Amino acid sequence: MARIVGSIMTSHVPAIGGAIARGLQEEADWKPFFDGYEPVHRWLEEARPDIAVVFYNDHGLNFFLDKMPTFAIGAAPSYRNADEGWELRPAEPFPGEPDLSWHLIDSLVADEFDITSCQEMLVDHAFTIPMALLWPGRAHRPVKVVPIAINTVQFPLPTAARCFKLGQSVGRAIEAYPQDAKVLVIGTGGLSHQLDGARAGFINRRFDQLCLEKLVHEPFALTRYTNREIVELAGSQGIEILMWIAARAALTHRVRRVHSHYHVPVSNTAAGLLLLENRTAA
Amino acid sequence: MMAVINRPIPGTTLFDGEQAQRGYALNRMCFSFNDQRNRRAFLQDEDGYCAHYGLDRAQRDAVKRRDFLGMIELGGNIYYLAKLAGIFGLNVQDIGAQQTGLSVEAFKARLKRAGE
Repeated sequence: MARIVGSIMTSHVPAIGGAIARGLQEEADWKPFFDGYEPVHRWLEEARPDIAVVFYNDHGLNFFLDKMPTFAIGAAPSYRNADEGWELRPAEPFPGEPDLSWHLIDSLVADEFDITSCQEMLVDHAFTIPMALLWPGRAHRPVKVVPIAINTVQFPLPTAARCFKLGQSVGRAIEAYPQDAKVLVIGTGGLSHQLDGARAGFINRRFDQLCLEKLVHEPFALTRYTNREIVELAGSQGIEILMWIAARAALTHRVRRVHSHYHVPVSNTAAGLLLLENRTAA
Repeated sequence: MMAVINRPIPGTTLFDGEQAQRGYALNRMCFSFNDQRNRRAFLQDEDGYCAHYGLDRAQRDAVKRRDFLGMIELGGNIYYLAKLAGIFGLNVQDIGAQQTGLSVEAFKARLKRAGE
């Protein structure tokens, strides 16, 4: 049977991709940020997951406003990255795990989630940058992937409570997957930031710290916020905490915090990182 | 209670159904900029490109002025607008500075202070 080994939640700011491309990891501005990932690398060496299920949000590479799914699950043999408009070299394709994708699709629909299945799906920086941060310096990552996109572009967005339930359902489905596999659940985005409007540059350290704390042992507490409240507290794009909430919900009640890191700013964003180990019986 | 839930957030526009309808043509144009050929075509004939995508007068003026606050008011979504900004060589900090009326240096300094 498959087993969830843990979850890694991380920011996915495009500027990180630029810094990696230009090899700036040791520069004074960047070193404190990149150093935050070293404990994660050590943990991954031990845990050696086979598959990564990734909750992320598309920023207008694969989905446009003509058709905007609330929850979309990749069911492709491979996922390509592509030009997002900034002339950055696209990442190498990521191998999929269609059997698990379809198992998740079947399970989620049976569980009353009306998801969109995608046999073709471009993945943007919200997917590729976490991969580059978790497994640096490797064009081909040692995991197969299943991307799950959550709409954070166009309101109404799914509520935090709904994303929590989605994560729980994904977690149950993974644990019921009949193949022997170690699965890592990734949630990408956040923490507080706002790119648009007169409030651009908004950051809320206190709310970020609260999220980093609650996600460990009391994640349900975050589901009482409305999306409007989250935007007010975390900024327009701080709403990406929804992906962290979904990822956390895929784990069991009992988790161990292995590592957390917080660095302000990366570009316009408060960058966060949290690694939780799942405490299920092996 | 409803009044609290629905009160506007200062300096913030939620991209809802109303904005998504208002800005559809503008965002659709920006979505096209994922393709480098389209970015070049825009640079060669900005007016023609905007007209082809059916931007209205106000949106075309806002694009011409590189006025991102204006574009957001007119239904632009920042994720798509970021692709347009890239054509002009502007990153999200440049746009942030423009929208808040700060210099880029002052905008960056403010972000740094937020982390302290």
